Amino acid sequence: MAEKKEEKKSNKYVLFLGCAIPYREGAYEISARKVLTGLGLELVEMPEFNCCGLPIDPVSHEAMLALAARNLCMAEQKGANIIALCPGCAGTLRKVNKTLKEDKKVREEVNHFLKEINLEFKGTIEVKHIMQTLAEDVGFDKLKAAVKKPLKNLCVVEHSGCHVLRPIKYIGFDDPENPQILKNLIRATGAKVVDYKNETQCCGAPIIGINQDIPMNLTGEKLSNMKEAGAQAVITVCPFCHMMFDTNQPRIERVVNKKFELPALHYTQLLGLAMGLSPEELALKELRVDASKILTLINP
Amino acid sequence: MPQTRKKKKTEPKEEIKPVEEVKTEMQPKCVESQETDKKTVLRITPESARFKYELKKVPGAERLMLCFQCGTCTADCPISRYNESYRPRKILRMAQLGMKDQVLKSDTIWLCAACYTCVDHCPQDVEISSVLRALRNMAVKEGTMPLVFKELASAILQTGYAYKIPDMRIKKREETALPPLPKGNIPDIEKLFKVTGFTKVLETSRGGSS
Repeated sequence: MAEKKEEKKSNKYVLFLGCAIPYREGAYEISARKVLTGLGLELVEMPEFNCCGLPIDPVSHEAMLALAARNLCMAEQKGANIIALCPGCAGTLRKVNKTLKEDKKVREEVNHFLKEINLEFKGTIEVKHIMQTLAEDVGFDKLKAAVKKPLKNLCVVEHSGCHVLRPIKYIGFDDPENPQILKNLIRATGAKVVDYKNETQCCGAPIIGINQDIPMNLTGEKLSNMKEAGAQAVITVCPFCHMMFDTNQPRIERVVNKKFELPALHYTQLLGLAMGLSPEELALKELRVDASKILTLINP
Repeated sequence: MPQTRKKKKTEPKEEIKPVEEVKTEMQPKCVESQETDKKTVLRITPESARFKYELKKVPGAERLMLCFQCGTCTADCPISRYNESYRPRKILRMAQLGMKDQVLKSDTIWLCAACYTCVDHCPQDVEISSVLRALRNMAVKEGTMPLVFKELASAILQTGYAYKIPDMRIKKREETALPPLPKGNIPDIEKLFKVTGFTKVLETSRGGSS
């Protein structure tokens, strides 16, 4: 029955990588591709690409709109909805897509920009972050059915990150004050999720190019709260949050003068492990904080 | 702490200051106003009176004047917890008062992480982080662009990506059987930067501050 429904819905998606993932979070892409195709989604490649626009929104809102709209047009030409792995890209493309569909004035302005490169925004596709695709398009039943090796011995915390939840006006598929979707996605793998203090607080990554001290302390506080709650790992769905929790963890340990040694996994790696994929296939070795403890817990 | 608290008939600890007087600890370089003993006397010029209307025209900043200074944005701001000068409430008030130079030249407007907590919590529905973005966009037009944004913009212009992906990473993709990275269309990006006026902004800020 479920399969009949699936056939009606388009199963074809464009995977939008963004900049940070090919730059320093390769493991996220590798594991996401494995997991998505393993769940039966067809991924088509983005023929051409440019940055989603978000990084330059602070200096030119118009240039951001133009870059985002160009990406949307490329996906429209492919006739496929976008799955973005990065919440920054997902949030930006989603917000611009919604604005251009609903606000005639902005649409006219942006189409005037796009005319320069012979493109026109038509408003025929949707944009989702991978977390939303998994929860809504794939669905929890199918996800649970794909789990071959439930991660019963594992106890983790989640950090959804801001752009996957806020602003609620543009994103709005989970409650930003009490996010549950990532928790439920983790539970689907068989792992246990615990709550921790100040869960929805930002990691601070977006301003790391301006000020390093604030993000280090923000993430340091989060890591302390996670450890206190008894987490064995933190699960993220954002390349920037992941950079803070994983790549920068040793630096944060020095800044706040505490040892954490808390592995930070991309959700797609966790799901992949539960689906029976090997740690090598999921590029677990690319993590900065050693995750072998996790593997011994999974395969006692 | 509690033992030091004396039950005196209270005189308010902090005097409520008239609107014209605003402390200057957050923006040492103010141009339009005079500094006297850490206090700034605001000179209201026709230009400063117009500033709020200029700002309100920017998409996202429309509801600026509805801010009634409740301070929810600052109370819930993660950055404000770890930084003594970043106070979104204060920035909004300064903008409402027309303190254009002080706001646009202030380093603190660059500290918003765009986590949108303030946007979701504001009882007046002011898109605070969009107001901050509008102020930054204006600051850039006046010639102040932090170095990191110049680097991001230049990487996008050269590669399509905000970071220059190292060759090592591209080679590694082949080894791990990932599809090749999509190419950035540089001529298209150049045209879009030009038509949106961003090329001009980048040129003006070239000699500007870092």
